[in-house]
Amino acid sequence: MRYVDEYRDQNIALALASEIARRTTRDWVLMEICGGQTHTIMRYGLDELLPARIQLVHGPGCPVCVTPLETIDKAIELASRPEVTLVSYGDMLRVPGSHSDLFHVKAAGGDVRIVYSPMDAVKMAAAEPQRKIVFFAVGFETTAPANAMSAWQARRLGLENFFLLTAHVLVPPAIRLLLRSPQNRVQGFIAPGHVCTIMGYQEYEELARESRVPFVVGGFEPVDLLESVAMLVAQLEDGRAVVENQYARSVSYRGNTAAQQIMELVFEVCDRKWRGLGMIPQSGLRLRPVFARHDAERVFGLEEITSPEPPECISAQILQGLKRPHECPAFAARCTPKNPLGAGMVSAEGACAAYYQYRRHVPPVSRIENG
Amino acid sequence: MDDESRRLATLICAAPLPAGETVLLGHGGGGRLTSDLIRDLFLPAFDSAALARLDDQAIVSVNGCRLAFTTDSFVVKPLFFPGGDIGSLAVHGTVNDLAMGGARPLFLSAAFIIEEGFSMQELRRIVGSLRDAAREASVEVVTGDTKVVEQGSGDGLFINTSGIGLVPPGLSLSCNQAKPGDHVLLSGPIGDHGMAIMAQREGLEFESTIHSDSAALHGLVAEMLKATDKIRCMRDPTRGGLASALNEIAGQSRVGIELDEGSIPIHEQVRAACELLGLDPMYVANEGKLVAIVAEGAEQVLLQGMRGHSLGREARVIGSVKREHPGLVTMRTPLGTTRIVDMLAGDQLPRIC
Repeated sequence: MRYVDEYRDQNIALALASEIARRTTRDWVLMEICGGQTHTIMRYGLDELLPARIQLVHGPGCPVCVTPLETIDKAIELASRPEVTLVSYGDMLRVPGSHSDLFHVKAAGGDVRIVYSPMDAVKMAAAEPQRKIVFFAVGFETTAPANAMSAWQARRLGLENFFLLTAHVLVPPAIRLLLRSPQNRVQGFIAPGHVCTIMGYQEYEELARESRVPFVVGGFEPVDLLESVAMLVAQLEDGRAVVENQYARSVSYRGNTAAQQIMELVFEVCDRKWRGLGMIPQSGLRLRPVFARHDAERVFGLEEITSPEPPECISAQILQGLKRPHECPAFAARCTPKNPLGAGMVSAEGACAAYYQYRRHVPPVSRIENG
Repeated sequence: MDDESRRLATLICAAPLPAGETVLLGHGGGGRLTSDLIRDLFLPAFDSAALARLDDQAIVSVNGCRLAFTTDSFVVKPLFFPGGDIGSLAVHGTVNDLAMGGARPLFLSAAFIIEEGFSMQELRRIVGSLRDAAREASVEVVTGDTKVVEQGSGDGLFINTSGIGLVPPGLSLSCNQAKPGDHVLLSGPIGDHGMAIMAQREGLEFESTIHSDSAALHGLVAEMLKATDKIRCMRDPTRGGLASALNEIAGQSRVGIELDEGSIPIHEQVRAACELLGLDPMYVANEGKLVAIVAEGAEQVLLQGMRGHSLGREARVIGSVKREHPGLVTMRTPLGTTRIVDMLAGDQLPRIC
């Protein structure tokens, strides 16, 4: 399969691993921002291929994980209403709110449907005018354009029964928060390839300049990630801190400007609470007032509730790269994918769930030296 | 606990959901939820040694004769798919459950639950296909049942089939018999059935259509039993896929299973469809494949035996049984690292990005 096989090639991957080992002379802490990248690292055991001096920590880029409990509770409340059809991407269904999840609501008779595209929800709204169709619009900049398009289309078609429950988040403000923290230990970032496909990487140049930290826009296959690490190590060892693009087959400097335009047309930037990290100023997207009649929160008058996280969960430290999942005392004991305590364990792409799913059989410190 | 602290407790408790109080779709997914339901509800209710073996079929003795007995319900949607339909599937599924115990399938029952308003022409077509599949597998449909439910109370058509077969004397295959050193053999490429269904549901089109692998495996099994008497157990990895079938064997035999990722065959278009939909073929259903555990030393002769049959032509050794990590299935990746191949909680869900 083109664009897949060559990026999983054993010889290329091992050659990159030796290149990394050859270039590394000091300890470096690197963070991959996106949950999809974490998933690949764990699935292929890429950390086993790196020299002990390179530590990978895992960023806040799993949209399912960082969606606040309150928002999930709102989706659950909506899905429980008889007149509402709640439409969502599949992996939101299993995420527990304060006292239920969407699977349970569905089992209790709630109309919950899984789609691959928000446009399917628009079609439902057109086909079933008697139902109130609410699309659970979650995700980073990656999913925002398609979700924006759904609201735009619904408005154009005059579909008064189509609504978005919006919980969009933006990557750069979260990374800025992390970099400004006095505790920060991340020295280089693998920027999220899908997000940059949409947004380009101008924003990351500002971050690199402000904090003198290198970024490499990285893809999602093993070779992509190893090459990104190699490029970061080269910058760090040479004392450079710029943005480089490893994922050039998908990402351009300015990104997808048509996608950015539809986002701009439909959404505006707002403050947003992140599960595990708390409120981050200017880190979310919400519908512009002109789309108010499609805004589920306004139309359905959802009550604001607060749902505190269990104090035992250290996901805030994990999402900032201060700790790794297996360093949490609750990991794989009181906190498992079946009974997640917090953000990192609720979705397959969360760092804790990825460690649990793929790597709980190896002791945390075992690494192959590639000296 | 006063009201306030009880309220707080429910608020703070982020997750542990009482999956016990409601049946979820995932309880039918063939993953961990299904296992939990069987262990916690069904097994205690029916105190039976034959049931407790948790194989694909029960083996019971009647007057010195060992019978394999099994039942399976078919709720596939769409009813017609490339490579088969619910009628042929209802024969293959039950025949295969018997065959995995080494039995020669003899008789089937067929029960139809039909929704009011269902097309008589489609029903005729499905019954014809069930008849043809039974004839081809040399099993006789000897009893049946018909129920019609009101519109809205069914989903077109459900079929249940039960089957009886004869187990050859001296043969005992069970999923609790895998031992360290054993080899794991797979009869051919995985994921065809599940992805044929998914591609149809999602309207995915590839250069060539993905066909379900739905087929009766007892002929292949007969060849395998001829080749060696060192087979410990067999499974047809249906719901939950190869990963779930092997996890069950690892759990029941209290051994580890290590797979070699590069040796697991997957058709190119199935891989592509899985990539596109964010699914892992290890968890995708098969309806015409089997996985066998065989004692060390017998793997090559078994492999030759399998490859001599049309349904085992692409058979491979895909891994071995280990003492380490009992209960876990691990996989050696092409990069030389290892990872766990876990049992899924419920159904496999498409990921957001």
